[in-house]
Amino acid sequence: MARITMRQAITDALREEMQRDENVFIMGEEVGVWGGTYAVTRDFYAEFGEKRVRDTPISEMVIGGAAAGAAMNGLRPVAEFMTINFAFLALDAIVNHAAKVHYMFGGNIRCPVVFRAPGGGGRQLGATHSHTPDVIFAHFPGLKVVSPGSPYDAKGLLKSAIRTDDPVLFIEHATLYQVRGEVPEGEDYTVPIGVSDIKREGSDVTIVTYAQGLQVALEAANILSREGIEAEIVDLRSLRPLDMGPVLKSIQKTFKAVVVEEGHRSYGIGAEIVARIQEDGFDYLDSPIKRVAQHEVPLPYSRDLEQLALINAGRVVEAVKEII
Amino acid sequence: MAEYILMPKLGFDMREGVLVSWLKGPGDLINKGDVVAEIESDKATLELETQVGGTLLKLLANEGDVVPIGGNLAIVGDSNENINGLVKNGSGTPPAGNQDQEPPAKLAAPGSSKTPMPESTSGGAWPGGFKASPVARRLANESGIDLGQVTGTGPGGRIRRADVEKYAETATITPAKSFPPTPLPVSLESKEIPTTRLRQAIGRRMVESKTTIPHFYVTTEVDMGPALALRKEINRLLPDEQKVTVNDMIVKAAAQALRSYPNLNASFTGDKVVRHGQINIGTAVAIEGGLLTVVQQNTELSPLAQIAVDNRNMIARARVGKSRSGDFEGGTFTISNLGAFDVDHFIAIINPPDACIMAIGTAKQVPVVVDGELTVGWRMKATISADHRVTDGAEAAQYMQHFKGIMEDPLRLLI
Repeated sequence: MARITMRQAITDALREEMQRDENVFIMGEEVGVWGGTYAVTRDFYAEFGEKRVRDTPISEMVIGGAAAGAAMNGLRPVAEFMTINFAFLALDAIVNHAAKVHYMFGGNIRCPVVFRAPGGGGRQLGATHSHTPDVIFAHFPGLKVVSPGSPYDAKGLLKSAIRTDDPVLFIEHATLYQVRGEVPEGEDYTVPIGVSDIKREGSDVTIVTYAQGLQVALEAANILSREGIEAEIVDLRSLRPLDMGPVLKSIQKTFKAVVVEEGHRSYGIGAEIVARIQEDGFDYLDSPIKRVAQHEVPLPYSRDLEQLALINAGRVVEAVKEII
Repeated sequence: MAEYILMPKLGFDMREGVLVSWLKGPGDLINKGDVVAEIESDKATLELETQVGGTLLKLLANEGDVVPIGGNLAIVGDSNENINGLVKNGSGTPPAGNQDQEPPAKLAAPGSSKTPMPESTSGGAWPGGFKASPVARRLANESGIDLGQVTGTGPGGRIRRADVEKYAETATITPAKSFPPTPLPVSLESKEIPTTRLRQAIGRRMVESKTTIPHFYVTTEVDMGPALALRKEINRLLPDEQKVTVNDMIVKAAAQALRSYPNLNASFTGDKVVRHGQINIGTAVAIEGGLLTVVQQNTELSPLAQIAVDNRNMIARARVGKSRSGDFEGGTFTISNLGAFDVDHFIAIINPPDACIMAIGTAKQVPVVVDGELTVGWRMKATISADHRVTDGAEAAQYMQHFKGIMEDPLRLLI
């Protein structure tokens, strides 16, 4: 297996799916001639041509609406928002149209669109360009929300997202583009949407996380391991549908849990996970469940302050020790 | 300088005392060592010897008051002393039975930390009296361990899984060494089990039913031979998930018979009887800690296989606690079937707002007389409980006859 970056894994998934199915096409700001703001679609324009790699106006409403419309009419668009912060402008197309149309017209219309959007903080882009608003989108039934934490999952999940007949929001954490991981070469594999995955086995505490939180949790687990505490890490991978099976199974072994997410703590993914654990696993809890999340401030521009507001391995270690 | 007379600690586990009576009054001159009052602890009535001398200036506790250890009982000083400040401070003495004032006194006791240890909170501050994690509670419950015996080592003294496990290990070893031949199981002790909400709901409804509805009961015996034979035939043709149970046939028969007796498919509403248009038969399902009634809609008009599938699904959902709200709605008549438990017959309490409930016993092979010959047959007893405000014995008996007729000629269930 080759060790490639998540960026490469996403590029490979897009290329392979475009080669496999001519209905798959890409649209977004600067995705064509320029090759994408994060260079994910570099050389696609030359390879697939202007019809299948479409540069759009700088209007998220156009991107969201046109992509949803194309999907309703039989194509499989992969629409890219330059960042997920701009996807707010397309919320109506995503939440009111793409996510609802199948339900509201008696199942007669499908909307197999994929919205790709990089997001997350930690790059000194200021408060308005550093959101991790995953929970907002995951709130709505009708939309699948996926956010991988490793190159292997990114490639496999993106392929599943393109192939599923439901609208999918595919959130890529921008600081993960450079993360490397093993991805099988020349193998057409997929990772199913809505299946959580144990990324590290351990017996003392369960860390539930996803996306960039996975990297933070893995680092924290290494630190804890040196002190004799073995954390089990469950990577949610999909936020909707949410697979709690491995989480609950793990808690029946460890009896303790910490939820790690990059989004804000209040009303967050962690809040949902904690609620479900106590609903379905109450009699297995040996401690309160801790949440590690972004502090309740608009993310500062200053590097030091920004890092202070975000999650890190130290905070995860601290949370684990509070309940061990 | 004026001083307080305090509630003394008269026993190891004493937390508060009752001031039984004052033997001295305001203005009396008292010396150190004089008996000034009688105090009652949990165990005995004792004399209170004062540790301070002077003039008894003011009594802060009345006879009968419950005062925590260290609480102020009276002020002693010079006769002309201004004690207004002390009276103000001394007013912390809790009046009898005032629970609000009690915790601060306990918390102020020497050695108690910010978060009280389980011992000091036993009796209600935490669920079940002890600060323990859910998994620790479950383990203790399963192994019959009294959490009061377990020392919590978690944050704030919380009893955790490891504490219970550790206790379980030592508890099984220690007594084995000292008292080998006395196996007194913990389960012999009385236990208070808090009622669940389900248990409470059942209690409320059954009290309401049994106290407000005048029940009467009619029992009949059904020849189950034909029904059991037919069931065998039907199930040969059906896939596993659609197989028909005896109860499904009883449900269907009860529904069909109700069509001829609409007065029993009814609810009493105070000044009138509502005869329901639909016949929806509920089946009582035993679940952990109680029972629920799942309702098959439009039973009379539903084919037997449909009733079987509906009931199977609803019962399965009820047993795992995943019922849907529709599973319980709209019942008009209930079947309670204890046939699986080898019972002869029993009577059931009406499930409001129904007017009737039918209790089903076990179908058994018994000696029977057929055409003057003694032979072996299958018999099952069914007992209807009916609301006497709605119906009378004759009608209920006729209904039971009709029901019996359908069960004994069960092809009618398939028409």
